[in-house]
Amino acid sequence: MGNKQTTFTDEQLEAFQDCTFFTRKEILRLHGRYRELAPHLVPLDYTNGPDIRVPLALIVTMPELKENPFRDRIVETFSEDGEGNQSFNDFVDMFSVLCEASPRELKTIYAFKIYDYNRDNFICKEDLHQTLVKLTKGELSAEEVSLVCDKVIEEADLDGDAKLSFSDFENMISKAPDFLSNFHIRI
Amino acid sequence: KPQRKAKKTSDDEEDEDEDESPRKRGRKKKKRDSDEDEDDEDRSTKKGSKASRKKKAKDESEEESEEDNKKKKNGRNGGGKGASKKTKEEQNKDKKGKGNGKDKGKDKGKDKGGDKKKKGREAQEFVERFEGALGKGKGRKWYAYKVMMTKKLIKFKRDFENFKTACIPWERKIKEVESHFGSSVASYFIFLRWMYGLNLVLFGFMFGLVMLPEILMGLPYGSIARKTVPRAEQDTAMDFSVLFDFNGYCKYSFIFYGYYNNDRMVGVLKFRLPLSYLLVGVGIFGYSLMVVVRTMARNSNEGGEGAEEGEFTFSWKMFTSWDYLIGNPETADNKYASITTSFKESIVDEQENQKDENIHLRRFLRVLANFMILCSLGGSGFLIYYVVKRSQDFAEMDNKELSWLEKNEVEFVMSLLGLVCPPLFETIAELEDYHPRIALKWQLGRIFALFLGNLYTFLFALFDEVNAKLEKEKVIKNETIWALNEYYANYSSFHNTTDIPPPNVHPADVVRGPCWETGVGIEFVKLIVSDMQVTYLTILIGDFARAVIVRFLNYCWCWDLEAGFPSYGEFDISGNVLGLVFNQGMIWMGAFYAPGLVGLNVLRLLTSMYYQCWAVMSCNVPHERVFKASRSNNFYMGLLLLVLFLSLLPVVYTIMTLPPSFDCGPFSGQEKMYDVVMETIENDLPAFIGNIFTYATNPGLIMPAVLLMILALYYLNTTSKGYQQANLDLKRKMQMVSFIILYSCFLLYVKVELI
Repeated sequence: MGNKQTTFTDEQLEAFQDCTFFTRKEILRLHGRYRELAPHLVPLDYTNGPDIRVPLALIVTMPELKENPFRDRIVETFSEDGEGNQSFNDFVDMFSVLCEASPRELKTIYAFKIYDYNRDNFICKEDLHQTLVKLTKGELSAEEVSLVCDKVIEEADLDGDAKLSFSDFENMISKAPDFLSNFHIRI
Repeated sequence: KPQRKAKKTSDDEEDEDEDESPRKRGRKKKKRDSDEDEDDEDRSTKKGSKASRKKKAKDESEEESEEDNKKKKNGRNGGGKGASKKTKEEQNKDKKGKGNGKDKGKDKGKDKGGDKKKKGREAQEFVERFEGALGKGKGRKWYAYKVMMTKKLIKFKRDFENFKTACIPWERKIKEVESHFGSSVASYFIFLRWMYGLNLVLFGFMFGLVMLPEILMGLPYGSIARKTVPRAEQDTAMDFSVLFDFNGYCKYSFIFYGYYNNDRMVGVLKFRLPLSYLLVGVGIFGYSLMVVVRTMARNSNEGGEGAEEGEFTFSWKMFTSWDYLIGNPETADNKYASITTSFKESIVDEQENQKDENIHLRRFLRVLANFMILCSLGGSGFLIYYVVKRSQDFAEMDNKELSWLEKNEVEFVMSLLGLVCPPLFETIAELEDYHPRIALKWQLGRIFALFLGNLYTFLFALFDEVNAKLEKEKVIKNETIWALNEYYANYSSFHNTTDIPPPNVHPADVVRGPCWETGVGIEFVKLIVSDMQVTYLTILIGDFARAVIVRFLNYCWCWDLEAGFPSYGEFDISGNVLGLVFNQGMIWMGAFYAPGLVGLNVLRLLTSMYYQCWAVMSCNVPHERVFKASRSNNFYMGLLLLVLFLSLLPVVYTIMTLPPSFDCGPFSGQEKMYDVVMETIENDLPAFIGNIFTYATNPGLIMPAVLLMILALYYLNTTSKGYQQANLDLKRKMQMVSFIILYSCFLLYVKVELI
């Protein structure tokens, strides 16, 4: 494995490997994927650390995200501006958190952020409403949706403020058997 | 910095790629292993170590996630490639290895504050163990070899697992059914698949150990009397109607008991066919029992502990049900459908819990319903008894005078009852207004009683027939002995010798006994075939024709056929499950008398699977109230176990008490069927084993053994109850602890606020 690539400097690659769960090869591959989303926008040479952001509409066309009902929220959560325009750092960060090696605590933190639509650090009834509608593609009737949201708050809310704080969410997720295997994207 | 150095060496090595992927694989395997074994200890230590590292990260003021990533990466790199390789190696040997690897990681972290001497010693041990990994020192070649073998082993294990999973048939079909119809309908198909596997194994035993030796090494067709069609029947033996009734060539083939010869040993390998026949016949029950009990145990483990039925059902469904790995639009559609169905199931469960009831009216209605059902059960029992009595009279009459209906009256009536009564029970059960899952159980119980009554009445009828045949046989046996003596007397008086050759009679002309075992085998095969025909016809008419009519007649009909009567059919879970269970019961009963029956059943299950899957997807609609199947399938398994015992009884009874026919089957000529076992013990096995058996069958030994088993059962039961209680106590303690922590945090917060 020589130093034949010119996309990143060695220090940059080291930094990426330190901050994410990816190896050197994977980071270069990710850069290839990032570039093919917007080839005219993303330069081949990242050694100067250019400030390029790929818009949300392009990122959600990736086959890994295309079928996911929460794709918009995922991309928004991992973008610096909150609108879904991701720099390469955000891009790598997103896939690193969702990869298999990422630990449960990290995934829990980001899952909370993803499901928190209005970004007030609480998952309130409105957030649950939107999550459920996305998840069932509108197949449930309004009263069924309302019943489910009430039940979720009843089950998971420990401090009694009718919304889920991070600790409520974490307490509930920590016992879930499928969370780690389902909250996982392979890139 | 040590981590930099470790990385430099890793960069230098040529096979960097290969080594990095095993590290990942090691990590993945660690994760998979820790997810697979429900070993709470391991999981908690893993979480503990991660949590401690995370706490260190929280102390700093930088952004959380980046800090986490960095610290975690550091922690892992600090161990160096060797440590991760070590963890991967050790976990292949033993679970303890996992603990060791983690401890090593933790130790590496704690080293920074440790004793200098201790550090030096540990470093020396570490270098000695892993200098092979660095490509230097004496351990190099052996280490490289070990690494290569471990990699190969991991790859082989993973391929084997993939192969095993790929071998499971019909997985996608069942998933499709599940996503459209819910878990209860799918549970029927899963049960059907399990049955298919069981029958395949039973068929393997029967075929390999009984049928194949007889076919390959035994005498061919036509050589001896029992294997030939008698002269009187020969001109009709090939007719389709005769074959359809399993007479003619069918009756004298390896499918039935009568074909097998009673030679003690067959062929070059000296295969003891009669012994094998008896052992396989009994072994089928033993194997089935073992498999059923094992599946029940496994189901109860999965269903019971871990996931609490009610704790976070909706929350988990909402936040953890979507599989982020899905990238295929069709899979995504299926997943949406299954998630929606799953939510609907839980909503129904919830609504049932919230209903309030008028107790007295409900109780009265339930008593009334049960009374009506008892009446219909009694009625059906009486009807079968009447038909059976009639069939005994018919048996006296000449076969040719009876119409098809009269010949097959018993099977016809039984199938009809099996068709008519379950919907009747269901309509009556509407009075009771139970939760759908409980109503299903009641329905199953009632149909079970119905089928049981039918089956045992059928058996009693059969038993009468067998007794009649035994009487006939005695007569024929006396006749043949008398004829043989006559022949010898004539021959010796004619030729004046004592060395008389056996009478030269063509096998087709020999006088035959009625061979009651083959008769019983034929009855069972006819029953199974008629059962199968009725099931398939019902699906064709009841579901398919109905769906076609509703769909196409709807254009020109006054009311909406699809919404009102008759609309599309729903899949009848209880009827089908019980049909399957009783079918299996009949197989178990009949396999001893008709070895070919198991093969027939395998074919039947195979076609059933495809046919019913197609029928369900194209003609049925999901139940109006979709409910979750009970988490453990143990109810079906329990039914199966009961049926297994009930079908064991007749077979064991006949083996023990009835004498085998004198001229057909592998036990002909003996007093009792199990005599062959005694004979083998006396002749073939060394003397002391015979002694052991004599001692073992001594009642003085058996009684204490039975007592001991009862005591062991009682002890195990008590310990298991104790564990359950301990489990509950621990759960309660954990809840209390979490509550206390929450409360103290709250107090602290209040204090801080006040200050």
